[in-house]
Amino acid sequence: MKPADIIHLAETELDAQRSYKHRINVCCSSGCIPFGALKVLKAFEDAVKEFGVQKECKVARTGCIGTCSVGPAVMIEPGNYLYQSVTPEKAREIVRDHVVLGLPVKDMLYGSKAYFEKQHRLVMKNAGKIDPYRIEDYIAAGGYSALVKCLIKMSPKDVIDEVWLSGLRGRGGAGFKIGQKWTFVARAHRSPKYIVANLDEGDPGVFANRTLAEADPHAILEGMLIAAYATEANKGYIYIRAEYPLAVDTLKKAIDKAKAMNLIGQNILETSFSFDIELRLGAGAFVAGEETAILASVEGNRANPRPRPPYPAASGLWKSPTLIDNVETLANIPQIISHGGLWFSKIGSPTCSGTKCFSLTGKVNNPGLIEVPMGITLKEVIYDIGGGVPDNKKFKAVLVGGPSGGCLPDTMLDLPIDYESLTKAGAIMGSGGIVVIDEDSCMVDTAKFFIDFCVEESCGKCTPCRVGLHKIQETYARIIGGVGKPEDIQFLRSSCGYIQEASLCGLGQTAPNPVLTTMRYFGNEYNEHILQKKCAAGKCSFKHNVKEAEI
Amino acid sequence: MPTNAKTKLATMWLSGCSGCHMSLLDIDEVLLDLAKKIQLVYGPLVDIKNFPEGVDVTLIEGAVANKEQVEMLKIARERSRILIAMGDCAVTGNVPALRNSFEDSDQAVLQREFVENSDIQQTIPTDVPKLLKKVYPLHEVVKVDFFIPGCPPPAGNIAYVLTELLAGKVPLMENKSKYG
Amino acid sequence: MTTKTVSLKIDEHEITAQEGKSILETAIENGIDIPHLCFLAGLTKTGACRLCIVELKGQAKLFASCSTPISDGMEVITNSEKLKAYRKNTIQLLLSERTHVCSVCVANKNCELQALADKLGVEHVAFEREWTSENVDSSHPFLVIDRNRCILCTRCVRVCDEIEGVHALDLKLRGKDSQIIVDFDDSWDKAASCTSCRKCAKVCPVGAIYVEGEPLSETKDTGIADFVLSRRKK
Ligand SMILES: Cc1cc2nc3c(=O)[nH]c(=O)nc-3n(C[C@H](O)[C@H](O)[C@H](O)COP(=O)(O)O)c2cc1C
Ligand code: SF4
Repeated sequence: MKPADIIHLAETELDAQRSYKHRINVCCSSGCIPFGALKVLKAFEDAVKEFGVQKECKVARTGCIGTCSVGPAVMIEPGNYLYQSVTPEKAREIVRDHVVLGLPVKDMLYGSKAYFEKQHRLVMKNAGKIDPYRIEDYIAAGGYSALVKCLIKMSPKDVIDEVWLSGLRGRGGAGFKIGQKWTFVARAHRSPKYIVANLDEGDPGVFANRTLAEADPHAILEGMLIAAYATEANKGYIYIRAEYPLAVDTLKKAIDKAKAMNLIGQNILETSFSFDIELRLGAGAFVAGEETAILASVEGNRANPRPRPPYPAASGLWKSPTLIDNVETLANIPQIISHGGLWFSKIGSPTCSGTKCFSLTGKVNNPGLIEVPMGITLKEVIYDIGGGVPDNKKFKAVLVGGPSGGCLPDTMLDLPIDYESLTKAGAIMGSGGIVVIDEDSCMVDTAKFFIDFCVEESCGKCTPCRVGLHKIQETYARIIGGVGKPEDIQFLRSSCGYIQEASLCGLGQTAPNPVLTTMRYFGNEYNEHILQKKCAAGKCSFKHNVKEAEI
Repeated sequence: MPTNAKTKLATMWLSGCSGCHMSLLDIDEVLLDLAKKIQLVYGPLVDIKNFPEGVDVTLIEGAVANKEQVEMLKIARERSRILIAMGDCAVTGNVPALRNSFEDSDQAVLQREFVENSDIQQTIPTDVPKLLKKVYPLHEVVKVDFFIPGCPPPAGNIAYVLTELLAGKVPLMENKSKYG
Repeated sequence: MTTKTVSLKIDEHEITAQEGKSILETAIENGIDIPHLCFLAGLTKTGACRLCIVELKGQAKLFASCSTPISDGMEVITNSEKLKAYRKNTIQLLLSERTHVCSVCVANKNCELQALADKLGVEHVAFEREWTSENVDSSHPFLVIDRNRCILCTRCVRVCDEIEGVHALDLKLRGKDSQIIVDFDDSWDKAASCTSCRKCAKVCPVGAIYVEGEPLSETKDTGIADFVLSRRKK
């Protein structure tokens, strides 16, 4: 295949798609399958046949549409009619009324218009629209045209310049300037060079990267290819946890298809550019997402972090220069190349361009997978998109950034979502979790939950994180057990400072965040627990343990 | 200690082997110096039944292993200005606390001692203080002001701490402490 | 080979040293003491124990001196009040983590952890101690591993892999549950790959691996890795 063939293929495919009057997109991602999405898909196909409208109505299996709590979600084009909680019986009804008679079934349509209004779908632009198993769908949507543009018109340096200009920052948590990182790797004059796409996504309750891979795998592959072209890398690995079987399957088939079309492999599109991509399955450890741990794991070793320097850009996989990027970061790349860095830099906020995908969960009316422009406020996310707290309960806190994020109170709701503002407030961007907490939750108990998680996930290499976090965990057990002492507050504070500063990797360095933020914003709850043995939310048992009872 | 009145010193022996007290007696000529400045008001070395009020310094040997020792330690704490954990048992739990690694060790040690290892009258006595589920170092039960680790603590370290305290200074343990 | 020299300051000492060395190595060469446990000359630097952390002038973060390379104009602070407090904290955490009872330990008076505790003035452990009952394996004819005393520095794992070239030792599980294992978590007498070279016992900073019936003062040889490497280069 040659570059021109891609363009040609896109046109042919578009023509085929235009021959349909209706397109029924059935979300079959990990969120909707448990609700019965595959049966619904079958029911649509059957109904289309039953009513004899195969020629004018296309039924497509797609990735996530975004409304994960009311699955299976089905979108009918044209008009973007979004149906929620579709069952096989209702599928038939929808085909009959909507497709055949032209009368949308109003009472089954998704209610909240606002859910989509403030979102900005960039990375997820194809999600829910294309069939992730069909590379032709991706190409018809403009896919691989950015790669073609690179190969034909741009030098590696041009590509890096464009990425610099875009201002894109790492979506894996730390927010490192991607242009900078690519430059480091490009400048390392040693080969082979490697690329690792990070799809470990170990934070509990976060599913943004998985959703992306299930909905639009080729965007990740194309991003990797462009990164490889820019940094002159030879081989790429996608590190994905084995607990994501559907995403693994989607990616695996996508890689096979791309290989078959000469988009991955030797002399890609008959140019001198060669790059191979392989999947690496992880056993599902949070710490394996840390950039030095991921290297160890890809090499087949225990996923333990190691000290930096040397940085992976200088000495990564098998001591060769290695670029590690989050998959969402990579999925932004094709659009930056297609539309230009300048175009991208104008989306989002001045310090933080582009968008970010979040898994919005917890006590909100419209949970789901959202993509918002950087700089949007927490309030807009929780109230406008999320529809606020259900059951007339009072909002209490929002946890941003996963298990090592921060719990922010209502007074912080006007905080814009960008790396600097979040860090200043004691939270982090993390890999994209927003959990809303209502008045029924106890903040001491919430902090304990996340400390328990980090203790469980600590790799055990360094002393502060391995033992220090455990001491914090024990302190929480005492406070919640009703035998907390006023000194415990000071102990927690000083231990947290020590663990943040002395730990080897980001896990230990950020694990104290939930403790520090709950103490900072909800200090009164700690006092109540310790001094009055009272838990306003009624979560904590205050059951004494043996030791304090006997001495 | 500012006044001319003699400093009231008490010692106490909890779950330990008395080695720390031996070490205390081992401070040789410093003992003579100390003797001029202190009055020994309680401990296994003197025959006084109750822990007196208003003690200046109390040295405690041994870990806390039974109910009675908890009471004794609490009284000592209440009635002493400065309380010192003397020796590894008092500081860490040491040998007496080795039983903590075993489940229900309070019952197990009694069983082992009075039943399995006993030739006659294989019964667990009922008139001894009840053992705690676990053995604790002093500072897990009461506030401790100074620690002199060691098994036994070197006589020189005991002398150093007492001399510093009598001179109204705070003893510093960097490069001085000696576990084991 | 031409190597560049760099000038740096460690506390009040002005030093010139060869580029490529770490701060800790440079300090040791110049007789400056920075407490450390997992570091051992000749083995990969893992930066695990966090005792050798130092401050660098102009940087907010702390750095593990064992793995941070020296650079020109660097100003290292090894002993601020904060660092002292953090190191004491680290020693206390290590002492509290498993069963460390010096008076009944084979390594008593030959223990790097004990020596550091004494030197840094850790006269007691503020944290509640854990009394563990981890596996003790004495099945090997003369090597014994008592996991209750292990501080997970992985010197044994590294010396076995990098110097002996055998990799009979490794870790299993993670976090607080991490354990040193022999081969595939076999009992030591069944471990086919172990050559019984004793290097693990020679480098163990505490009394977790030792040779039965031999005083640890005889067994220990923390220079072994560096020595073997120096011979290999010739
Ligand atoms: C404990 C820990 C877990 C992490 N998990 C992930 C993860 O699941 N996915 C990810 O992309 N980055 C993760 N990171 C961040 C990576 O170390 C790294 O910064 C990132 O992959 C770089 O890619 P980016 O520049 O595109 O963000 C984690 C970091 C830490 C400290
Ligand atoms: S901070 Fe925690 S996870 Fe990171 S190296 Fe240390 S022990 Fe491992």
